[in-house]
Amino acid sequence: MDLATLLPFLVNVIAGGLVLGFVYAIIALGYTMVYGVLQLINFAHSEVFVTGAVVGFEVFRVLTPSPMNGYLKLLIALLAAMLISGTLNVLIERLAYRPLRNAPKLVPLITAIGVSLILQDVLRLIEGFQGRFDLTYTLPEGFSGKFCGEGSSCVALGNTLRTIGLDLQLKDVILIAVSLLSLGVLNYLVNRTRLGKAIRAVAQDRVTAGLMGIDSNRMISATFLIGGALGGISGVLFGMKFGTVNAYSGFDPGIIAFTAAVLGGIGSIPGAVLGGLTLGVIQNLIGVTNIFGGLLGIANLEAIDASYQRIGAFIVLVLILIFKPTGLLGKSNVEKV
Amino acid sequence: MTAVHSVSPRRVTPDRTGLLLLIFLVTSALLLVSHNRDLLGTLGSLGTLLQNPIVEAIVVSLFLANVLFAYLWRAAPWAKALVGLGSLLLILPWAGQEDTSLLDLSIQIMIFAALALGLNIVVGLAGLLDLGYVAFFAVGAYTWGIFASPRFAEILRYYGENPGATNAGTLALGLFLTAVTAASMVAINRHHRRVPPTRASSWSFGLASLGLVAGLILTARALLVLNAFRAEGLATGIDPNFFWLFLALSILAAAIVGVLIGLPVLRLKGDYLAIITLGLGEVIRVLANNLDLYSAGSQGITPIKSASVGWFDTLAARLGFAEDQYGLLFLYALSLLMVALILIVNVRLDRSRIGRAWIAIRDDEVAAQAMGVPLVQTKLIAFATGASFAGVMGMIFAAKQTFVSPESFNLFQSIGVLSMVILGGMGSFPGVILGAAVVTLLNLRILPGLGEATAGLSWIPQQANPGQLQRLIFGAILVAMMLLRPEGLLPSRRRTLELHHEDNQEDDSAKGTGPALTSGGGDVYSPGLETRREDEPAGGSK
Repeated sequence: MDLATLLPFLVNVIAGGLVLGFVYAIIALGYTMVYGVLQLINFAHSEVFVTGAVVGFEVFRVLTPSPMNGYLKLLIALLAAMLISGTLNVLIERLAYRPLRNAPKLVPLITAIGVSLILQDVLRLIEGFQGRFDLTYTLPEGFSGKFCGEGSSCVALGNTLRTIGLDLQLKDVILIAVSLLSLGVLNYLVNRTRLGKAIRAVAQDRVTAGLMGIDSNRMISATFLIGGALGGISGVLFGMKFGTVNAYSGFDPGIIAFTAAVLGGIGSIPGAVLGGLTLGVIQNLIGVTNIFGGLLGIANLEAIDASYQRIGAFIVLVLILIFKPTGLLGKSNVEKV
Repeated sequence: MTAVHSVSPRRVTPDRTGLLLLIFLVTSALLLVSHNRDLLGTLGSLGTLLQNPIVEAIVVSLFLANVLFAYLWRAAPWAKALVGLGSLLLILPWAGQEDTSLLDLSIQIMIFAALALGLNIVVGLAGLLDLGYVAFFAVGAYTWGIFASPRFAEILRYYGENPGATNAGTLALGLFLTAVTAASMVAINRHHRRVPPTRASSWSFGLASLGLVAGLILTARALLVLNAFRAEGLATGIDPNFFWLFLALSILAAAIVGVLIGLPVLRLKGDYLAIITLGLGEVIRVLANNLDLYSAGSQGITPIKSASVGWFDTLAARLGFAEDQYGLLFLYALSLLMVALILIVNVRLDRSRIGRAWIAIRDDEVAAQAMGVPLVQTKLIAFATGASFAGVMGMIFAAKQTFVSPESFNLFQSIGVLSMVILGGMGSFPGVILGAAVVTLLNLRILPGLGEATAGLSWIPQQANPGQLQRLIFGAILVAMMLLRPEGLLPSRRRTLELHHEDNQEDDSAKGTGPALTSGGGDVYSPGLETRREDEPAGGSK
């Protein structure tokens, strides 16, 4: 392979990595928001996100026979997943974390792990009763194809992408669009509204925020609602991207997404997005390292395959944290005694 | 018995010597009977009941509870010693003679107890949240696994066929590099004691440590190549008489990995440390999964030799054990010894200078540093100590299973050990052991027993069989425990003070240090520092 063919290949690998990265980024936002407010690693978030994926699967399954427009189906799936995952997250906070608000940090961490274990089996139970375990997404007509036939804008976009040599499916484009949209909405919500201001105040200092008349419990619930809704969105997107989910498939992306949140500086929203995108691209690059190894004739590189993807993610994390202990966009807080 | 029960446990605890002995006798008899297949056959319906998996699980749990009672209750010391030693040294091996799975279960409990004790040092005492603890366990397991199995011969054969440029010259280079870099690291370290480290000196230290790693790798590789001709002789692994040497080596290897992992990451705090240890744990698992030459990849290494110690085998034969039980009995005795040793080390460390330094770091890092506690060194000692406990138990695990694969070292294991520590009571040694016993019993006996016992019931649908809901039940227990008793089953005194800080506040302000704080032990604890953690601002900002 020479440079002329290598370059477009590389561009496509990176583009694929960005698509993956957006999924991680949206999951990571769920972690980072909860962490920002409660300083809690919400291990149950990976199950909240799988719940979203399962809801998305069910909506697509039920709506498959109907002649409804594919985008409408997607919208319904997203809304349903947001609603259910958000509610679930609020319930988890109410029942499992709120009573432990003033306990040492490790106690809610263990509770979160417990909740995550409970949810895994509950999800499997619910789907198992209907004889389903591995849920295979049937996406609306055309989503998996290169580009949809109907609608001129869609084709135009497809042509444009093809001219610049990008080999993306329509669902990838949708995925990026939905992610960007939810990022925009979240950004508006957190930075421009009164609710966002209150949440930021609670995140900064719960006691002082309380003195200023902010009901911190309500704001924490709101954070969990938003985080859960984002989890729902990312679940549907994850299902669309990978095609199959089951009750236990939240673990891996959950870990990667949390890594992304830490990489970007946990508690920081742009950091989570940056971390997610970085990890997505790195994962995709490691997945094809063997091809580069073959190209460059380096035998040791050829042995590195997709199973090293996670190692790559963590090594990048270690390296970045060694040089910047608060993550890429995290601010270091000065400690006083 | 009734007289004992009528006294409220709230007041002065009554002397329960009689009750303790009674329970010991009853549960021992039950355990011995329920694990004697021949005897059960003659018992008819009672025998069938005792063979019920859930009843069996309860019998085992009750028997193990003996030891707990002996620890908790006020009783004559001879009775305590009798119950504790009798249960562990006499009754358990005796019952295990009939049912080997009992010995297996006890070893498993002790392995987890030791792991939990090790993690307790890292998390409970030094306050470093380590989510990749099981990596050290893996290091110990693979240390024995590689050398005591055909794997070692495979590695030698590979290096014999692919020697590269390696020969005695490389060995000399490797040794030279190792010696020079190690010496320069020591020199730089000495220099740092006199003058504060400059940028150049810390970089050269880093460079020297890299060189040390390279030197060690070169040396190891050269040794492998030079020994390649021995591959045939080692086709079934090394001589099991090397067991003791490798016991020391696995401790050392785990401790070194602990230091290697700890050095770069211990600058981080709290959750950053948690995620990075989680990541490094995963890295070790993925490496074990992918370095096919050394670890046989996901298939795992098998068969690994169990321990074989001549004099112990003769002893076991005298005691009437079958030949295939020798190894297990030896490992049982060994892990009992190891847990006892680890416990002693723990207690001594806890009361030592270094133990107090850990607690100081856990309570307030900055203040501890200001008081002259060397942060990195103290943290590294905690990491390495915890790791070495895990290493030795990893080796026992590999010898017991005669099989290691990366599956045994995933994140769930780390989380499992962490939940044992917290469930039992962080920072409290008996609590941590209890936590390990409870969680292991739950996971290996009670929940599977429950599933097995209910498998035949028609009114429970197949999907909702408790055997398949183990995660749910375990998760529910974790959540319930944390909500109802966050300080754990047997909380440590210090920890209780922290959690019930408000209750103790009045005493403190009135009398300086309240009587609850100074009674026994002589540990100094200052609750005033604890409030800082709660309203500490977020790690980053939005």
